[in-house]
Order: sequence, then C-alpha cells, then structure tokens
Amino acid sequence: MIRVEVPHHLRVLVGVEGDILLDVDGPVTQASVLDALEARFPVLRGTIRDRATKRRRPYLRFFACDRDVSFDRPDAPLPDAVARGERPFTVIGAMSGG
Amino acid sequence: MTGVRVLVGTRKGGFCLTSDERRQKWEISGPHFAGWEVYHMKGSPVDPDRVYASQSTSWFGQLIQRSDDGGRTFTPVGNDFAYAGRPEDHQWYDGTPHPWEFKRVWHLEPSLIDPDVVFAGVEDAALFRSDDGGQSWQEMPGLRHDTGGRDWSPGAGGLCLHTILLDPSNPDRMYVAISSAGAFRTDDAGGIWKPVNHGLRSAQIPEGEAEVGHCVHSIAFHPSRPDVLYMQKHWDVMRSDDAGEMWHEVSGDLPSDFGFPIAVHPHEPGTVYVIPITSDSVHYPPEGRLRVYRSRTGGNEWEPLSNGLPQENCYVNVLRDAMSVDRCDAAGVYFGTTGGQVYVSPDSGETWQAIVHDLPAVLSVEVQTLS
Repeated sequence: MIRVEVPHHLRVLVGVEGDILLDVDGPVTQASVLDALEARFPVLRGTIRDRATKRRRPYLRFFACDRDVSFDRPDAPLPDAVARGERPFTVIGAMSGG
Repeated sequence: MTGVRVLVGTRKGGFCLTSDERRQKWEISGPHFAGWEVYHMKGSPVDPDRVYASQSTSWFGQLIQRSDDGGRTFTPVGNDFAYAGRPEDHQWYDGTPHPWEFKRVWHLEPSLIDPDVVFAGVEDAALFRSDDGGQSWQEMPGLRHDTGGRDWSPGAGGLCLHTILLDPSNPDRMYVAISSAGAFRTDDAGGIWKPVNHGLRSAQIPEGEAEVGHCVHSIAFHPSRPDVLYMQKHWDVMRSDDAGEMWHEVSGDLPSDFGFPIAVHPHEPGTVYVIPITSDSVHYPPEGRLRVYRSRTGGNEWEPLSNGLPQENCYVNVLRDAMSVDRCDAAGVYFGTTGGQVYVSPDSGETWQAIVHDLPAVLSVEVQTLS
C-alpha cells in the first residue's frame, strides 16, 4: 500500500483523517499515485493537478523521503521507501500568512 | 411566508442565516467549506431546498457544492470547466495577448424553471451551463466568440463574469456582465450574444464610448419590468428602458456614483438601492459613514438610509454580489461588508440591524424567501 499525505483541506474534502492508503498498479510514480488517488476520490480531480494538462497546481509541492520531487518527471519512479509504503508521498500547500 | 434564508459567501466559508418573516431573531449555521473562499451561494427559485455553492482557493482550485436540503448538507458535484474549442487569448492589463485560463466561479444562477439547470459565470470570463444539477458543465461559447472576447481585458479583480440575469417573461433572453468588458444580451437562449453598452461612458478606457471595455459592476431588474435595467458601473449609476439598447445616467444627487452592488425593491419596480463608495481609489463609504441610498423614482433622486448603520469610523466595502432583497410583504433588504457584518432592513431600508458582526469578509449575499 502506498501512503499519501494531503493537506488539511483535502483531507476534509475526502473525509479521511491521517494518511490515505492506496493500491497502485505498476511502477510507483507521481503520475500513478495521483491517478490512483483521483480514481478513489474523484472530488480531488482538479484540486492537485490541472484536469486537462495534469500539471501540478502552482501553490502545491510534492515531497518524498524529505526531498522536493515537484520538478521531477511525473513518470519518474518515486523512492523505494515510498513504493514500499514506509514513507508517504506528500502533497504540501504553500505557506500563507494574513 | 414562513421566513427567509440568507446565503452568505465569505473569504473563509459559507454561512446560512435563517429567520421567520419578522426577521428579528436569527439562527446562524456554518461555516460550510471552512477556510475556502465562497464567492457565491444561490438557491433554486423552483426548489428552495436546492442550493448551489461556489467553493475555491488559489491552492486547490474550484469546487461546486450542491445542497438538496436547504443548505444543511452539501455534496461536491462537477468542477470541470473546460472552455469550448481551442484556447484563445484575451488582452492582458498591458494590452498584450494572454491565454484564457479558468480561475474560479464568481456567480451561480439557477434556472427559473428547472432546478437541475444552473448557469455559472467564471473568471477568465465565460458562461457555463449545467443541465444535470451541476454534475457537468458546458461553455456557451457564443458569448466569447460573438462579442470580440479577444479584445476583453481584466479589471483589477480579474476578467470575471459576475452577473447573470434571466428574464422571467422571455426564457430565451438573458443578460450577463463582465469586468471589464461590459453588458451582453442573448435573445435565443444563449446561442448568439451582442454587447448592450450604448450610452455608457468610461473615462478610464481609451475610447470612452467603446462598444466593449466598460467595467460594469452589477446589473439588476424587477421581474415584472425586465426591460428596465439598472446598472452600477465602475463610476456612474445607469438605467436602460429598452433592454440595454441604450443607457442613460441616473446618478443624480448621490454623494458618489462609484460602488459595486445594485438592487431593486421586490414590490416597487421603480425603487432602487445602491451603496455609494468614495471612489475607485478609496473603497470605503464617503466620510466613513455607511449609507444605503434609495431612489423611488428609478434613479436621479436619491435618499440616504442610515438608521442603524454605523455613521462614524466605518471603512468597509460592499462587494458587487453582496446585496439582495427578499419577497416578504414588508420587503427586506440585505447586504454584507468586507468587515464581516451582514445587515438587514425588514422595512425597505428605513431601519437596519446587524444579523452578524464578525464573519470573514463577505463576498456575496443571496436571500431565499420561504413559504
């Protein structure tokens, strides 16, 4: 199982506390994880990636094993620790004050 | 009448305020969608339990929520707002081409006859329609294509389609308004559109009397006289007596003719309300005194209504979708401020009281009159 950590507002939207656990078929990549996430929770379509282009929304970043993978290719393999479910794939929202 | 439900969209969520027809004691529920911007909430005139809400943030984009129990619970519906055809350009602030990009839904207008039909006005400006209760959305592309969308440019608030008026006497006729493009009308249910801006004058644009390019802030009519339109423009309060073919100014003796919302009394088609704001540079009421102005003559002659409103040190704004009226026998007028107050007048504006004082900045106020 892949662990996915999403920001508070998206957890509220899908009604899940803590990490989301997903089965991912095939190679574990940003794209395959997000495809599986959106398949399980269709309401998340458009909230993390643009619906049409699949590009990451500007105020979000992706982290894996403490590394910013936001600018990696979407089909690049995520670290083994993420693929084994030991560490989460994390979606982080930009900090904002005011 | 059994009462009213006031739907309030704010910077940090949506709220429902309910009261009986005396409108003295209120129940407050919310925030719905806590922490999200709720640009607009509006109920179906056919089925008042059906409420649509626009929920968005810059982080996570746009969601549409629908309630089928009068705003007690909401369910997300469709959020795929894909422009029809090839992406095009409009003008950017500096006159250069800029690609059309969906940002958010500013206004939701449920059909007058079918609770599953709802229109959405969006930024970058376009009009969408759903025939399945918000599950799916299709652009009505004639608006952008027929009226020179490539020449539209955004106002400071964005290139937003913020006003949608459905003519109750003619199901084929509707109006929309866009900042800063102007007002547009269709007479064939959204197939073909034309600008209806003759008579508008805007000193802030290169051609002051151009066919498009005017920053229209809001338009309103009375359902019994849908050819008589009232407009609050960036500057100027305007009126058209012929469905927008020609406009004339009715600012008259207002202390400022800059403002955002405009509303028409529910039982008196010639009675109009505006909330003057000091200027385009200074977005708060003149002299720090919050006053609604009412004209009982269809404009030109205006009277201040201030009983119960703060008359010193008040520096809030009232945004374009943040004023509404109910249909109670004793007509109610409502508005919300960027300071988080929602005010009601249960007597057509003679007296005012705050329903709530401390909501997040209010973006929109809509009223459902319940029976």
